[in-house]
Amino acid sequence: MNFNAVWTIYIFEMRRFFRTMTQSIVSPVLSTSLYFVVFGTAIGSRIQEVEGTSYGAFIVPGLIMLTVMTQATSNASFGIYFPKFIGTIYELLSAPVSFLEIVAGYVGAAATKAMFIGVIILITSFFFVDITIAHPLAMVAFLTLTCISFALLGFIIGIWAGNFEQLQLIPLLVITPLVFLGGSFYSISMLPPIWQSITLFNPVVYLISGFRWSFFGTADVSIGLSLFAIALFTGACLAFIWWIFKTGWRIRQ
Amino acid sequence: MPAIVSVQNLRKAYAGGFEALKSVNLDIEDGEILALLGPNGAGKTTLISTICGITVPTSGRITVGGHDTQTDFRAARKLIGLVPQEINLEPFETVFSTVSFSRGLFGKPRDDAKVEEILKQLSLHDKKDNKIMMLSGGMKRRVLIAKALAHEPQVLFLDEPTAGVDVELRKDMWDVVAGLKASGVTIILTTHYIEEAEAIADRIGVISKGEILLVQDKADLMAQMGRKQIQIELAQAVDDIPDALKSYALERADDGLSLIYSYDTTGERTGITTLLNDLQKTGLQMKDLQTRQSSLEDIFVDLVKETA
Repeated sequence: MNFNAVWTIYIFEMRRFFRTMTQSIVSPVLSTSLYFVVFGTAIGSRIQEVEGTSYGAFIVPGLIMLTVMTQATSNASFGIYFPKFIGTIYELLSAPVSFLEIVAGYVGAAATKAMFIGVIILITSFFFVDITIAHPLAMVAFLTLTCISFALLGFIIGIWAGNFEQLQLIPLLVITPLVFLGGSFYSISMLPPIWQSITLFNPVVYLISGFRWSFFGTADVSIGLSLFAIALFTGACLAFIWWIFKTGWRIRQ
Repeated sequence: MPAIVSVQNLRKAYAGGFEALKSVNLDIEDGEILALLGPNGAGKTTLISTICGITVPTSGRITVGGHDTQTDFRAARKLIGLVPQEINLEPFETVFSTVSFSRGLFGKPRDDAKVEEILKQLSLHDKKDNKIMMLSGGMKRRVLIAKALAHEPQVLFLDEPTAGVDVELRKDMWDVVAGLKASGVTIILTTHYIEEAEAIADRIGVISKGEILLVQDKADLMAQMGRKQIQIELAQAVDDIPDALKSYALERADDGLSLIYSYDTTGERTGITTLLNDLQKTGLQMKDLQTRQSSLEDIFVDLVKETA
């Protein structure tokens, strides 16, 4: 194992993040505050409580998930797409590193950045609502797994993308709708029965449900099922990346 | 000398059926500078990319320092540094951090002193905190070399290091290459500038249409294939070569105002004296006389033409 290489890629990617520190922090804090104002205050004043939790607090886990998933995906996809775009990928391909090491470096950094922003949003939310975290360890575990799995997905998108438009395409067309429809701002039980069934095909439902359980102890689906879903998603991404490096798809001729 | 890089029956065919390399065999000796000459599209970059691991070979075997580049890729790649043809660098990074990144990527622990030493060697030290995008083209090329040297490789591949570089910088680059050779690094460079190969290489390989046509010691190659020519300028044009001179295989040039005689410099008798005597007998008046040594360029053009 070339640990030096993993660490080098990780640090290099993190430096990019800290170079644009202000943008990295200001924009999620601002958008989260807007969500609190619009959803929490304007709409929340009419909804009051969901499953025994005030609506303002109820949306916190969903808000964190929304941002974390998009950030992990976009950071990882950009991280690997950029070397492809400017041509510096030649160095990765000619270095004594295995696919696991490259993935560990890029995905690790993207997941860390997403996690960092997730924590900032959590801190921001304390200024708007009262929340207590019922299962802090589970919360950290869910957050970490979500960051890693979506960073893996982002890595795949970055390898696949042939231009900047494609880089934005999947997050915009797939991830954002899935997250919005995955119960970020509502409980599945609030939907008509038919939509409740359809929603269960949305993988994001399981992640948000599990994450919300770690906050409030209540969930739309069982916690075991949530863990299974996230493990399945991570495994699928890993398998796909393994195949990419095995065949050189879109990177090695 | 032992071969540090050994390429055996290497073949690379792309999905469309194009065969970029056709059973290439090549041994690169430890400590030498080998220049790979070839026209555009000859397969130079494909050969280098395949040795370095960027391109996957269709068949054949490559070893670097005795390590197979497929089965023992870590050990093989650690010995190799690659300077690509295109200037591919992260524009927003500093010189120091990008060179340091390369070192880490190749598995070496962080060593700022070593990186500084490499930057000094390439006259980049005063630019170490500059962002890449602030550098000139020549400086960027040096950064690419510094990155390739960051992990202290034994073999350095330079793919067209002076393509699009002005004459002064090109000479500068040759000095850098000479310095690297002196420090014990084996260097393989591709070029289509013949003068470059002539100036710095120990051995020259000629590649065309995916095949290595020859690999030979530069001096031997020049001696073996080097021909010399005498151009005899005449006061009056001749329509035909006089019968008395037919045995010399002369060529008419400049509409009959010149006669060209080619001879082998390594031969025992060049035939110049008898030619000049016979010329005098024909009564033709000589205006001037020039000799010309064939350059590597002529040899190269001849070789590539023969296989065309």
